[in-house]
Amino acid sequence: MIGDLDLARTIVAWVFLAAGGFFLVVGAIGINRMPDIFTRLHAASVGDTFGAGLMLVGMMIVAGLSLVTVKLVFLLLFLWFMGPVVTHAIARAALEAGERPKLADGPPAESGNLATGEGRLSRS
Amino acid sequence: MVAAGLAAVLVVLALLVARALRGPTVFDRLVAANSVGTASILLLALYGFFIGRPAFLDIGLLYALLNAVGTFAILKFWRYGSLGGSGEEDEAS
Repeated sequence: MIGDLDLARTIVAWVFLAAGGFFLVVGAIGINRMPDIFTRLHAASVGDTFGAGLMLVGMMIVAGLSLVTVKLVFLLLFLWFMGPVVTHAIARAALEAGERPKLADGPPAESGNLATGEGRLSRS
Repeated sequence: MVAAGLAAVLVVLALLVARALRGPTVFDRLVAANSVGTASILLLALYGFFIGRPAFLDIGLLYALLNAVGTFAILKFWRYGSLGGSGEEDEAS
């Protein structure tokens, strides 16, 4: 399926696939090296958004205008919409389970109310 | 070209499994599991291009839905202790 592409499309597809692969690897290394659950969540979103997105665009360039590209567009839209939703769900569940972000200057002040969403800044 | 992408996704899968084994809390493992799902979707799509059969993309599309729903199911089970109904607050730990 790659053999019948002209040189320009091959080069552009190579660039997108390579960039997508780079961001995927960066995201996975970030998940391994980050110190805390919340920073790991952020690294995972880099891999899911940029890595998967650029790789799928590269595949769309290889596929050209066909049904395969339509399915790839659906997959891309689904990943881009559900990524933040899943991130928010995991972050909220971690907060409610008692995990707190590991800050550089000690643990955060517990003066907000997690159930009502009220924070430190809304108190006078 | 597609083979290089496949190799990158396999490296990413190995790194994510390392985090899934290491992660001290269940949420670290859940993040790794969700990302393993996304990487396996990319693996399916790339493999479909590799062997010239685009039908593998349909499997990836379906697994994207299952991955999201599965993550929510694990979170709900962890929070409430059961998957049936969200009103049983007595099961919350």
